[in-house]
Amino acid sequence: MKQLMLGNAAVARGLYEAGCRFVSAYPGTPSTEIPECAATYKEIYAEWAPNEKVAYEAALGAAFGGARSFCSMKHVGLNVAADPLFTSSYTGVNGGMVVAVADDPAMHSSQNEQDSRHYAIAAKLPMLEPSDSAECLEFTKLAFELSERFDCPCLLRTCTRVAHSQSLVELSDRVEHMLKPFERNPVKYVMMPANAIKRHPAVEQRTADLVEYAESAAINRVEMGDTEVGYVTSGTGYQYLRECFPNASILKLGMVNPLPVKLIADFAARVKKLIVVEELDGIIETHLRANGIRVDGGKDIFGPCGELSQNRIRAALGMKLPEFVSFDEPVPQRPPALCPGCPHRGLFFTLSKLGVTVMGDIGCYTLGALPPLKALDTTVCMGASISGIHGFNTVRGAESAKNTVAVIGDSTFMHSGITGLVDIVYNKGVSTVMILDNSITGMTGHQQNPTTGKTLKGEDAPAVSLEKLCGAVGVKRVRVCDPYALDELKAIVSEELAADEPSVIIARRPCMLLPEVKAAPALVVDKDKCVGCKLCMQIGCPALSFGDKKAHVDPTLCVGCELCTQMCRVGAICKREAK
Amino acid sequence: MSETKNIMIVGVGGQGTLLASRILGSVLTQQGFDVKMSEVHGMSQRGGSVVTYVKYGERVYSPIVDTGEADFILAFERLEAARWISYLKKDGTLILNDRPISPMPVITGAMEYPADISEKICAKGVKLIASDALEMAENAGNAKSVNVVLIGILSAIMGFDETLWQKALTECVKPKFLELNQKAFALGRAYGQSIK
Repeated sequence: MKQLMLGNAAVARGLYEAGCRFVSAYPGTPSTEIPECAATYKEIYAEWAPNEKVAYEAALGAAFGGARSFCSMKHVGLNVAADPLFTSSYTGVNGGMVVAVADDPAMHSSQNEQDSRHYAIAAKLPMLEPSDSAECLEFTKLAFELSERFDCPCLLRTCTRVAHSQSLVELSDRVEHMLKPFERNPVKYVMMPANAIKRHPAVEQRTADLVEYAESAAINRVEMGDTEVGYVTSGTGYQYLRECFPNASILKLGMVNPLPVKLIADFAARVKKLIVVEELDGIIETHLRANGIRVDGGKDIFGPCGELSQNRIRAALGMKLPEFVSFDEPVPQRPPALCPGCPHRGLFFTLSKLGVTVMGDIGCYTLGALPPLKALDTTVCMGASISGIHGFNTVRGAESAKNTVAVIGDSTFMHSGITGLVDIVYNKGVSTVMILDNSITGMTGHQQNPTTGKTLKGEDAPAVSLEKLCGAVGVKRVRVCDPYALDELKAIVSEELAADEPSVIIARRPCMLLPEVKAAPALVVDKDKCVGCKLCMQIGCPALSFGDKKAHVDPTLCVGCELCTQMCRVGAICKREAK
Repeated sequence: MSETKNIMIVGVGGQGTLLASRILGSVLTQQGFDVKMSEVHGMSQRGGSVVTYVKYGERVYSPIVDTGEADFILAFERLEAARWISYLKKDGTLILNDRPISPMPVITGAMEYPADISEKICAKGVKLIASDALEMAENAGNAKSVNVVLIGILSAIMGFDETLWQKALTECVKPKFLELNQKAFALGRAYGQSIK
């Protein structure tokens, strides 16, 4: 019987059925569940790597070693892994290697909406794009075959609506693939100039062979219907189109790099008008125009921003939209917020009060940028807080260093914060770095990392000591504090900002949502003592509200962290028994 | 070909909308429908506005529901009903847990929580089933079972054999919490039947 399966789970199932043996990844929405699901199959070795470059290189090493291997990441993770990506196109593989990259059009949980297809073009690698869970499973298996047949890593591009949608899949058994022997072949695997020069023509020939394959591949599918308009599309675009036009002629491209030429030209010749429907950039459209194929509609009507949807397609084509009722008043936004009891809250409140400039990073703590804390001044990419503060303070001078901090999480620090810290120490910078160590990778939904002492498979592992690591880099001032203790935290931050040398403050307290962290009983407001000054409201805790000139604590949300108790000058917020 | 039906489950991160969609997905799969469900993870889990789309029929294409397309909206909170009401079909039904949860702009005093939301939605001619699902959940033994109470109400409106819903509940809920959730489901279903 068919079963409902998340796109990411279906990719993992595809890994299992294809006989994949090795999985390495760094978490990133919307790709995170692939390695998590892969780890549930005992036949697959699966690990969290410290970052995407390491994950990619580990998977490539496993492929050299003769196994079917896999790595996954979100779109911006492929930027980190771009270095091995390009050269692995030259070395090729031994066992098959598949690389899943999950784009996030509309930026549900990302800092940009880059289109990963550009990487496939630039690195000259094949890329498949599934449009639902059944294709996630099927295309993953096919990607291994293509990887081995054409001797290169094969990319698998998903997006949020494929990765995080469930649809029906049919399961098959696993087909084992024995480890292939590793045969020394420096001309193929040692990419020094003399060898790489020989490999480049092989890469170009492979692209020509892949185009040939694309012309007749079953996953590039023509569905003929009404010939007034023909649509060329891929991925989710197909699903939205079919919902709008059950009888339209559609060329669905399951392989988005390289693109066929003849297949598209033949399709174009069979329809009166040709419209290209693709999310984000106009890559298929540009390909068509470069090959002299007429395009009657594309990015000029759909634009390059955000997600497509059935109504967006209807609107772009001038069709009638379904009627709807609207709510006529402004509806307050409900942005995500730091959870009640979040260890980051008191820290950002302290930084906000000190009035310092804060170079931020990627994680739950990015939410510290939102009102009422409004504590972050920059956020770019993983690790940019530390390297960024070094450049910022170097050009702005000693005064800047006394008023600027970098904040970065434990997992992000392991990902790409270490090298930035080395830069500061080596180049005699004096910046202050705060590591917000909540003992987990939080925002992506609680993944282990090298500092937590657990692996992806849940086994015990050696935990990296952040204190020792920072010390070994050459930082002499390493302080550890509890972000719940506001007065101590403020004192330490002030001392370290004043110091004329680099310092690291490790603000350590586990994420409140971890199962091993037990919540304290909810606090209560003593109505007789509360003077309605709203000081407690400054910390932006979702468990606190204000009405009838008094503060209120929501007993279903409060975890008793006592941050608000520390804010209150009249002692009105207290433990239940103390009242 | 039977028409595709669209359901949206909207609420606040942490209210258990995902369990509700899992139960619904299980019932629809057992019925032999093609089913697609779409949800967003990551940022939106941190107390933000969350939405899950559930679609079923003979053949479902798009995984999302667009404005004016939803046959049912299951709203776990009043403000979220207001936010997503434009997604309801002209003759669609809104099932509402008529309770407020203040979002951050209201907590900080930057904005007011709109008054009389359900009355204003009703005035637009929307078919509204308002309920105090929280009270029913508390009566069942746990405030967190609001999600299953609302599924109970939906089960009464949607039809399908009750045994399918019961089977789905057993599949999706941890054994430890099954009895509690069965109570919550029964309370919701009885309420749904009483006003159908």
